[in-house]
Amino acid sequence: MSGDFWFDALLGVLLLVLALATILARQLAAAVMLYVVFGLMLALAWARLGAADLALAEAAIGAGLTGALLFSALARQPKSITPPVRISRMELLPALVLCIAMSAVLGWTLWQLPLQPAHSQLPAALEQLGSSGTEHLVTAVLLNFRAWDTLLELLVLLLALLGSRLVAAPEPAALQHWPLARQWSIRLLPLLVLVAFFVLWRGATAPGGAFQAGALLAAALVVLRLNGQLPALRFDMWWVRALILAGVLAFLLAGLLSVWLNWQPEQAVQWLRWPLPLAKGLILLIELCATLAIGLTLTLLVVGERKELTA
Amino acid sequence: MSLVHWYLLIAAALWGIGCYGLIRGPELLRRIIALNLMGAAVFLVMVTLSARTEPADGVLHALVLTGLVVAVSATAFALALVARTLSEPT
Repeated sequence: MSGDFWFDALLGVLLLVLALATILARQLAAAVMLYVVFGLMLALAWARLGAADLALAEAAIGAGLTGALLFSALARQPKSITPPVRISRMELLPALVLCIAMSAVLGWTLWQLPLQPAHSQLPAALEQLGSSGTEHLVTAVLLNFRAWDTLLELLVLLLALLGSRLVAAPEPAALQHWPLARQWSIRLLPLLVLVAFFVLWRGATAPGGAFQAGALLAAALVVLRLNGQLPALRFDMWWVRALILAGVLAFLLAGLLSVWLNWQPEQAVQWLRWPLPLAKGLILLIELCATLAIGLTLTLLVVGERKELTA
Repeated sequence: MSLVHWYLLIAAALWGIGCYGLIRGPELLRRIIALNLMGAAVFLVMVTLSARTEPADGVLHALVLTGLVVAVSATAFALALVARTLSEPT
């Protein structure tokens, strides 16, 4: 029984307890806080499983920004007209039985999986790593081997922003700003921006990359905005719009450029395949544009469109 | 029991908890959180499966990273819909 064993055992049980507490907490605010803690613990579990990129992303996006999103949704919940909803135990019994049964089947199925993957893309991907323009496998997969996925993912993010704008509801009253929080956000800002660009730059050789950096940037902007230290950011502003669209546009233009550079008559069109001499530069350019776009999009999703009450 | 099996079982249980929360509610916001828990369980399965090889499978990691951002986008949109629902007098 090594220390590692106990760490994993405790972490797993903690994850389950936190998830249960999130579901069963009486107050919605408590549920949101427990969910944020759950996200952080999940990031720890992923770090244990050797997924440092994901641990970074989960801590920044999964726990941090989803938490901020949930909190701002919490502020919109009407306080006076939420009667404590009574749920009878008997009514929920079928649901409980169903979920336990499905969970058991799922667990049993997963248990049967072989410990050695029968078919893995890993050797092929590692072989190609040298010609991808980056030394870190996850970055290579995201921005070279499966660049299509990442391009569409940026589009999904853009769609979420446009959709949220379409259904935007009237905003709640402005918050009171806490002096200590204002001081902290100013002190933390340079550090956050520095770390964000460090994470972006590191993405070429080690865990890190555009999404983590964008989330950190968004965190800095959200904190500033919530403390009232940043003028309102709106999608109507031309530079906000330009920066957000630049993420997708840079990707698309790089894709078209790659089609043009790879063009050979009587061969299939090579879309999103970077020629080796340009690969590193193109990936960095796309990542930089994507970082700014992701940062601004996530910021707008959390605090955007908040109209000044005086206006 | 190996590390991989342990985390796979945790993920299965986590999925069940999320599913129960989705049915139980009662608030819409909590249902969205429960949906996110179920998503986290799926991601945990993928990350655990990637840890079967040494080094861990970066291809699966990249897919989960994509999934994370899509999940947060969907959550943001769902929350915007909830806010709209709450603000409309019915």
